[in-house]
Amino acid sequence: MARDLTKRRTERELAPALGFKATLRFWWGQLTSMRTALVLLFCLAVAAIPGSIVPQRSISPIKVENFIDANPELGRFYDTIGMFDVFTSPWFSAIYLLLFVSLIGCIVPRVQVYLRALRAEPVKVPARLTRLPAHRVGAIPVDVDGDPEDPAEMLRWAEKWLRKRRYRVAVRDRELSAERGYLREAGNLVFHLSLILVLVGVAIGSLYGYRGTAVVVVGQGFSNTVTQYDDLTSGGRFSSTDLAPFAIKVNSFEAEYETGPVQTGAARVFRANVTVTDTPGATPHDEVLEVNHPLTIGGTEVHLLGHGYAPKVTVRDAAGNIAWSGPVVFLPQDGNFTSAGAVKAVDARPERLAFQGFFLPSGDVEVYGPTSQFPGLLRPQLVLNAWYGPPRTETGVAENVYSLDTRGLTQLMENGEPFRMYLSPGQTVELPEGKGSVTFDGVEQWVQLQISRTPALPLTAVGIGLAVTGLSFSLFVRPRRLWVRIRDEQVEIAGLDRADARHGLEDEVAELAAVVCDEQPGVAHPSVERGRDAGDEADVAEATADAYGDDRVDDSRVDAENK
Amino acid sequence: MSGWSDLAIVTAMVLYIVALAAHAAEWAAANGAAKLVVPGRARSTAERRQRSLVAAGANGPGVSADDVDLNDGPSVERSRDDEADGGDVVDDTERAERAERRVELFGRLGLNITVIALACNILGVVFRGVAAQRAPWGNMYEFTITAIAFIVLAYVVLAFRFQMRWLGLLVTLVAAIGSGLAREVFFVQVAPLVPALHSVWFIIHIVAAAIAGAAFNLGAVASILYLIRARKERRETLSGYWTKLPNSQRLDAIAYRMHAFAFPLWTFAVAAGAVWAQYAWGRFWGWDPKETWALVTWVIYACYLHARATAGWKGGRAAVIAIIGVASFWFNFIGVNMLFSGLHSYAGI
Repeated sequence: MARDLTKRRTERELAPALGFKATLRFWWGQLTSMRTALVLLFCLAVAAIPGSIVPQRSISPIKVENFIDANPELGRFYDTIGMFDVFTSPWFSAIYLLLFVSLIGCIVPRVQVYLRALRAEPVKVPARLTRLPAHRVGAIPVDVDGDPEDPAEMLRWAEKWLRKRRYRVAVRDRELSAERGYLREAGNLVFHLSLILVLVGVAIGSLYGYRGTAVVVVGQGFSNTVTQYDDLTSGGRFSSTDLAPFAIKVNSFEAEYETGPVQTGAARVFRANVTVTDTPGATPHDEVLEVNHPLTIGGTEVHLLGHGYAPKVTVRDAAGNIAWSGPVVFLPQDGNFTSAGAVKAVDARPERLAFQGFFLPSGDVEVYGPTSQFPGLLRPQLVLNAWYGPPRTETGVAENVYSLDTRGLTQLMENGEPFRMYLSPGQTVELPEGKGSVTFDGVEQWVQLQISRTPALPLTAVGIGLAVTGLSFSLFVRPRRLWVRIRDEQVEIAGLDRADARHGLEDEVAELAAVVCDEQPGVAHPSVERGRDAGDEADVAEATADAYGDDRVDDSRVDAENK
Repeated sequence: MSGWSDLAIVTAMVLYIVALAAHAAEWAAANGAAKLVVPGRARSTAERRQRSLVAAGANGPGVSADDVDLNDGPSVERSRDDEADGGDVVDDTERAERAERRVELFGRLGLNITVIALACNILGVVFRGVAAQRAPWGNMYEFTITAIAFIVLAYVVLAFRFQMRWLGLLVTLVAAIGSGLAREVFFVQVAPLVPALHSVWFIIHIVAAAIAGAAFNLGAVASILYLIRARKERRETLSGYWTKLPNSQRLDAIAYRMHAFAFPLWTFAVAAGAVWAQYAWGRFWGWDPKETWALVTWVIYACYLHARATAGWKGGRAAVIAIIGVASFWFNFIGVNMLFSGLHSYAGI
């Protein structure tokens, strides 16, 4: 035991102590290695998954609240570790930031290597061409006088042929090296660099951008100021003065629904006709707003997100004075636009009145209960319960306009049951106990507009475009090297593919052989012997490694060992 | 018209199952054919080399000229083996040849039935489009039958052009399961599109996703075959139809080619989706479950490509990643549509 301890200590002392710089370099090397990139990619994939399973605040805050209500313990734990905001959580950010650091650390040196390779001539002819898998050996052709052809002349034929095929060619004495497919690595580098561009674009977009929604009843307008939004989310660097001062008036809205037997009620068309005033005082212009056809007003995009109904209601108080008149926005609850909402007549005297219930665009309450049967306006009905209470002074505290807070209110009863009224357009119902009356004047529609600005969008788009292009080049371009060596008695031609997807190398080597040996390509010639006896595999691997000459040596050796 | 489409798809489904049976018979028949050619236990390098020659050579003209170690056909090897076996030579050779003919017969049968099934499948997709008077990619059913058509079309081209009929068993399995799922689980009647899908990006995004998906599936099939064959090569238990497959290195290269084709296309499909999302919803990326899983799938395949360039990860581990990738692709398609509610809930089931 004691001996073991001593031994261990000795080993530790013997281990070379890394200096600060060396330690840094060690960790930098670790971080930028392919293996680390691989692990980080895995982590990224795994870390994104909870974001699709656990409800996310950024997508639907209501679901998050429901989740926490249903599972308080788990909810609190999830909240602590950022499960409800996966994509902005520290751990998720850490993964992708590390990934990008690793990417930069890997790519920048490779850019330098690539730039050097671009300036350099194609690599020298390997020592043993005939050891390469794809090679040919040909006889020296003779010219018209029967003398052996001049080597320089033969290499000129090869060079001309190779240049036509967009090879880079270097002729050295009686040897020729050619290389093509430089775009593969270029594509690879462009792809990785453009990912950085995308990241920067997205970062700028989320820092300086904003997105908000507003419900606008047809016939009314929206002007782009903070107070007019129902909700507004913005990046850290956004200020309300960034809002472009435009105004939109919604003139009309059309929706069409499927009336056939299949997917009955599914939306087929929605379209809003709007009038836009770009800046105060500018000439208004009419526009059509549709799904998939947003409006762009000076860099700000306006989308049509949703729509619904706003029944027009007039409430009279006990004295017969109008306490409320106008459209009230009801929120759709299902695909058939069964809509819920509240009418608040705070000005009714002697007591304020309030109503809560459903609007059905196509309903038959007696038959189906308070659920709509079709989203279109076939048989509009309004179903309301009524409350009354003492007048209340305005507190200025924001309250939900879509639902009723019944605290301090008494429900109107009739014959011992809650009073409930069913209204069709044009109908008026008198409230019990002479409290007043409600008139259902008609139905208006509302649209939900999304107003958003995403700065640096062009940057992101260019980044994505470059990424896809670069990726295609890096996977489809096939780098290839070809060599010719003219010896005294014979000509050796060989080639090597530097990418996995090799195809047609033998053919090209054969064609080049035919060119150098003054033969028609494709015609077999006895003087050109096909490279068949390539020797055993280890030998081939060695020759291959030799031919690669640089970065690929290790890989080839590993390959050979694996065999 | 929609009735014809349904009929064509059901026919295609039945034919895929028949083709699957034919390919299963092809593989079974090979058990008799290949025993002779492959020595049960080979230890020396020479023998191993010889075996790989047979295995690859049996593939015939499918092996392209740039493969150094596969030059001779099976006949040479067989005669050499015959000598070693002595007395039963004639009998065994005859048996092997009969089995070989059966393999060929069932294989061709399977491929030809697959071609007919593919024709029905394509007709089904086209009729569906005509019936709906739009591009037939509006719901899960339509996407599935289209993706299956792409998978099988790619396979048929590969089988005829590059003699890659050995993909047949697994491809017809995928096609049979896919068209069965489409018919029994995803089926919905023809209907027009919801307004959100009225966009030219609808066609670009979905076709790119379908083709990329088809290539991912073929790549996974090649990767699975690679894993099994590489294992058999290591354990030297190569027998039956496995000897007719290309050697494991070549299978790996084929799998890589399919993934290398699919990956940029998948990238493009996701990017096209982002462009469309910018038009439709005013944000190009919103971590909708579908988007999240598209990214997860993309990252897994990025892992695959990186793994192939990392020592110690190429080969088996990379193939496993590719299979995880295709599982993620399928989950993104089926799981996300069925389990999560999101903006891509267009299944209509």
